[in-house]
Amino acid sequence: MKEYISNKYNNSFFSVVGALLKGMQLTLQHFFRANKRREPTFVSDPNYFKQPEGLVTLTYPYESLPVPEVGRYRLHNEIDDCIVCDLCAKICPVNCIEIESIKATEDIGITSDGTKKRLHAAVFNIDLAKCCYCGLCTTVCPTDCLTMTKVYDFPEVDIKNMIYHYTDLSPEQAQEKRQKYEQQQAEIAEAKAAALRAKQEAAKGNI
Amino acid sequence: MLALILCIVFLLLLVIVTAYAERKVAAFIQDRVGPTETGPHGILQSVMDVVKLLQKEDIIPSAADKRLFALAPIVMFAAVLAGFAVIPITPSAIASGAYLGVFYLLAIISLDVIGLLMAGWGSNNKYAVLGAMRSVGQIVSYEIPAGLAVLSVVMICQSLDLQEISFQQGILMNQFAGLEQEVNYLFGLKALNLDVTNVGGITTWNIVRMPFLFIAFIIYFISSLAECNRAPFDIPEAESELVAGFHVEYSGFRFAALFLAEYSMMVLVSLVAVVLFLGSWNTPLPNIGSVQLASWTTGTPGALTGHLWGAFWLLSKTVLLLYTQIWIRWTYPRLRVDQLMHLCWKVFTPIMLALVLLAGLWRLWMI
Repeated sequence: MKEYISNKYNNSFFSVVGALLKGMQLTLQHFFRANKRREPTFVSDPNYFKQPEGLVTLTYPYESLPVPEVGRYRLHNEIDDCIVCDLCAKICPVNCIEIESIKATEDIGITSDGTKKRLHAAVFNIDLAKCCYCGLCTTVCPTDCLTMTKVYDFPEVDIKNMIYHYTDLSPEQAQEKRQKYEQQQAEIAEAKAAALRAKQEAAKGNI
Repeated sequence: MLALILCIVFLLLLVIVTAYAERKVAAFIQDRVGPTETGPHGILQSVMDVVKLLQKEDIIPSAADKRLFALAPIVMFAAVLAGFAVIPITPSAIASGAYLGVFYLLAIISLDVIGLLMAGWGSNNKYAVLGAMRSVGQIVSYEIPAGLAVLSVVMICQSLDLQEISFQQGILMNQFAGLEQEVNYLFGLKALNLDVTNVGGITTWNIVRMPFLFIAFIIYFISSLAECNRAPFDIPEAESELVAGFHVEYSGFRFAALFLAEYSMMVLVSLVAVVLFLGSWNTPLPNIGSVQLASWTTGTPGALTGHLWGAFWLLSKTVLLLYTQIWIRWTYPRLRVDQLMHLCWKVFTPIMLALVLLAGLWRLWMI
């Protein structure tokens, strides 16, 4: 005797036709709800997580879901507040921050939270093509000048343009500051040597 | 000549609209937006697709059978296009008023299969050959229930002339030479003694003249899906397993021709379904007493009103069927090859054989 595999579905003609029509009905319902669309609402909107019907696509470049102010996307450095402490470059797991500092010869002011600035940033580059958006650099930043912004759409044709330069000094200015520092160092060394010589001569005179 | 130009222009227009509708309807059914960039709501998308294809390089594989490869798209497109010649568009406009219209149509559509096999074999590609063989097996099989469905209509109408079949399904019946004395009874039942010759509308459509033709219509429609290689019968072109089936090696203009042939085939089988079962260019609105809905929406045959109303009703019914084809494609999964053959040989063919017999008896005793 032939054994039949038990079938949990009802395979009678009318139930099959009914099931087929049910499927057609379902797709037709979706078709007729195509006049409704997902709105680019903010996450605080009560309907943000439920979209019962209508098209789900947002036509991206023209409309997009708003990102909260505290979004963790593109890095931004407020160079006026930066004390060039190099902490961010040290903690970066992918080494995307490159900093070169020059000691200041004169008083260059204080940051907005009152920290005294002692270094010029000759180079402050963040390679956002390498960045992994972990946000560690922003947590270690002592003056909160390095932050993550809500901008996430910043493609470039040339990958070199993904390196963001935050320094406020032109290469010439940096060179000038460097010379000034070296000059000052030289002067200090000169002064020290002169002092030493004077001291030695004084010591000789005493003998 | 005028009819040919009209036919080609209308056909290409309808094909391009169908290709666009396919993408939009698919998108809406799947809760997407579909093409939006080319023109308002992306209406120029299919035009752009064709323009793009025309610009492309015409690649012929070095191992291909070049003559077959080059000839196949022409054969397919010509076969489908030739089918449009006998389709009546309005009561007085038909490209070729052949007495053997239905017979010619079935014959010329079958040529499509040769083009398919040429394309598949000529490509010298395993997927193309597999796709072509599946396609031919499927189309040849499904021509039997489809042919029997057409045959049952021919038996009821006693004519192979598509224009005569069209006239029989409306209030203009007695104006056709040779049908002056004919009478349409409701459901084709003389015993009911309800003369609907001048009521027209849906009551004289073939699916109502002989109610069992509705079953034939459903079977014809499903078979026609298989004949156009459309889902749920798209195993010859199953993207997920055969890449694209028989036209995998085609590119540029030749691919455009195959693509247009495919959509033209969709349009053609829908037109045939409308002409044979759904009252052709006749209005669906019946005359009810003094409310002469059918007469108002038929116009004067031969005059401009007759042309406009005829073309309007024919095209709206066709568009409805085309929409159903697209709708079905985006609803149902693909049938397995054994299920496909089971449906054709063990379900449709016996039902259609019985229906042909029934149609004969109906013609003998009822009408």
